[in-house]
Amino acid sequence: MARTLEWRTRTGVDTDHGRAATVEFDHVSKVYGPVSARARRAGSPPAPGAVNDLSLAIPAGAICVLVGPSGCGKTTSLKMVNRLIEPTSGRILLGGIDAATRELTDLRRGIGYVIQQTGLFPHQTIVENVGTVPRLLGWPAARIKERSEELLGLVGLDPAKYAGRFPSQLSGGERQRVGVARALAADPPIMLMDEPFGAVDPIVRERLQDEFLRLQEDIAKTILFVTHDIDEAIKMGDLVAVFQQGGRVAQFGTPTELLASPASDFVARFVGADRGLKRLSLSRVRDISLQPAVIGRLGEPAGEARRRALADPLPYLLLVDGLERPVGWLRDIEIDGDGVLTEAMAIPMSPLLSPETTLKDALSMMLDADVHTGIVVDRTGRVSGLVTTESIGGFLRETAVGATPAPEQDAP
Amino acid sequence: MIDWGWVGDHLGAILGRTVQHLELAAIAVAVGFAISFGLGLLAISYRRTYPLFSGIAGILYTIPSLAVFAALVSVTGLSIYTAEIPLIAYTLVILVRSIVAGFDSVPRDVLEAADGMGYNRRERFRRIVLPLSVPLMVAGLRLASVSSIGLVTISATLGASFGGLGFFIFEGYHREFPTEILVGAVPSIVLAIVVDIAFVRVQRRLTPWAQEQEVRRDTWEGLPSGPSVGF
Amino acid sequence: MIDWLLDPVHWSGSDGIPIRLFEQVAISGASLLIAALVALPVGLWIGHTGRAANLAINIANIGRAIPSLAAIGIIAPITQAFDPELGFKVYPTLFAMVILAIPPILVNAYAGVSGVDRELVEAARGMGFRERQILARIEAPIALPVIAGGLRSATVQVIATATLGALFGFGGLGRYLVDGVAQNDDGQIFGGVFLVAALALLAEGGFALLQRVLTSPGLRLAQSSAETPSA
Repeated sequence: MARTLEWRTRTGVDTDHGRAATVEFDHVSKVYGPVSARARRAGSPPAPGAVNDLSLAIPAGAICVLVGPSGCGKTTSLKMVNRLIEPTSGRILLGGIDAATRELTDLRRGIGYVIQQTGLFPHQTIVENVGTVPRLLGWPAARIKERSEELLGLVGLDPAKYAGRFPSQLSGGERQRVGVARALAADPPIMLMDEPFGAVDPIVRERLQDEFLRLQEDIAKTILFVTHDIDEAIKMGDLVAVFQQGGRVAQFGTPTELLASPASDFVARFVGADRGLKRLSLSRVRDISLQPAVIGRLGEPAGEARRRALADPLPYLLLVDGLERPVGWLRDIEIDGDGVLTEAMAIPMSPLLSPETTLKDALSMMLDADVHTGIVVDRTGRVSGLVTTESIGGFLRETAVGATPAPEQDAP
Repeated sequence: MIDWGWVGDHLGAILGRTVQHLELAAIAVAVGFAISFGLGLLAISYRRTYPLFSGIAGILYTIPSLAVFAALVSVTGLSIYTAEIPLIAYTLVILVRSIVAGFDSVPRDVLEAADGMGYNRRERFRRIVLPLSVPLMVAGLRLASVSSIGLVTISATLGASFGGLGFFIFEGYHREFPTEILVGAVPSIVLAIVVDIAFVRVQRRLTPWAQEQEVRRDTWEGLPSGPSVGF
Repeated sequence: MIDWLLDPVHWSGSDGIPIRLFEQVAISGASLLIAALVALPVGLWIGHTGRAANLAINIANIGRAIPSLAAIGIIAPITQAFDPELGFKVYPTLFAMVILAIPPILVNAYAGVSGVDRELVEAARGMGFRERQILARIEAPIALPVIAGGLRSATVQVIATATLGALFGFGGLGRYLVDGVAQNDDGQIFGGVFLVAALALLAEGGFALLQRVLTSPGLRLAQSSAETPSA
């Protein structure tokens, strides 16, 4: 048994235990209670949690976030994947195989499951909790222990310190990490996460989100992630499905599509009036074209530099050192005609941005520093160009082109 | 097996014994409740007294009622006290616990809200604590009543002037006459069950805000370590 | 009482304390075993599924209302017809004690299991536990303190109440109470009371210890940290 599993895990060709599998909802509905024809005709609202003709295709290795107000059917949809709830009609295909045809416990052991309250077993130690599914699968004890400790390390908990503790001895954030480790134990190709970070405070939540995104770069699972928080959806999702009352999907697409062109008033309201700002948090400095900077080097003759600066519309010259690292700004008309450029002449710096900085952070840093320009530097600290508030505005306008059904509120 | 003729001849005696049975039990529960209420107030005012009482109750509860009745004969002779004192003592075990549990069951935030709105301690007790502890108090009364009905049968060991329907069980046993045993046993079971069910009704009526679920479960959960007295 | 207990005459022979003690332990043990075999599976099952819970709890409540003496009386004529010897001396007491022990065991098993956080159960189900595994590996261990509490309270009740059997020809420690009353021998009565109470308290202490040993330290920690969540 163990040998087979190991083989499966390594090759990743099996749908049970491999790297990732596709998830496809094919016209899936869930109707609660005896729905009489009369109730339908009377137009009574569907019961909370109902799902209406859901079709989604999620590629292997993607995080798909199901987001929407409470009672919209997002959790129901999630639980239909591991068949905690059976669909009334339609099919759910996991790696191309209909979930309904799989043996129930077998199916579930091949899907990682993380819930908001973590569902850690209070009477078992952390290492026992993490080893739950491998134990159900009958792995040998030594391998379970090895795997559990490996996973604890992966989620940032020192096994030597945490393995023997009980859940009640951990903080909320630590418990959530254990919850994630437990779901990953048998290396399932699919993970279901039901508001996994909903029970911790905002600061811890943000850290867990970041860590999880980093982890996902390595493990590359197919993840269905339920939340009611649109910001979390936009941050975590490669794809986002916005649910609305009655268990319908109002829009399914990438976060950028959602923010740039909401498909309906409902989606526009749900993503919020600040969706322009939210789009900024999705794009990074490397995504926009940088403005060239007029550069002067330390020790360079000042007159020449002044001429170059005056020829450019930007009234400033960027002073750099011998390694092309920024030193400060010089106002073009204040540069003396003679002598050389020295550090003492420079006025305070603009914020330094890396290509990885989000546009939202970049804008915020510029506003904080009360300037219109940020200096983009590469890994070694060399100047690669400038970002201005105008170039950020231009980027927003560009990416929203031809995609704005809602009234003009989107214009900057 | 059953001599119906004997039953017919003794209907008057059966009725009389039934009334006596209820009387003995009712006095025990009424007096027991009055004492328990006082002790309960004492317990919530002076928290330190409660563990002491719990300890005593726990030990009392391991002493067979049979022995308590017998032991009292040498103290009080064969009077009504000989029967009632043990009956009352056993109701205390149940009632004090349920009354204190009732007082304690009022959520802290409710108490804080009451304080915040300006209730003084007395008003808070009368208007908030008392009504909210009714479910557990009634649960305790139910348990105490049923338990007392059972214990009354054992007071028949004291002689013919006690025991209610238990008298027939003993006399039937000594006369080796099954009909009489059953005439004592069956009605006393019926009596206990009827009173039990009647209390469930009362519980529901008194606490319209409590869910059906609570009414059913609080009898044990409110008294987690307060087992019914062996009877 | 101390003289009576220390008199070597009372420690030997067919009427000696060791024999009586053995009889008391045997009838209590047997009735608890039978009651547990009936009540534990039912309690765990209705706790897990929630099915038929109301019915089972109501039956348990009725069982609790039945006076033990009446239970002995009602069954004696029946079992006696089948087996004149044991049917008179042993079975009625055994039957009454089983009835006495079932309600606390059943209700606590149900309350313990149904009280396990449903989120936890769903998490287990979602990870691929079979229903039986959920009950055995998750619900039962977590509910263990409550389940053991039911067994504990049943045990104490049965030990104290089984003395009633002596009124109907059964031996056990109740003999000393009944004979003490008949012979007007206070030393014997109090000696008997002492033995019963000691046995009950011993059993209770044993259960408390067992409960501690069997309960996962994770649950104890969870309980103690419930009010002050760890940082």
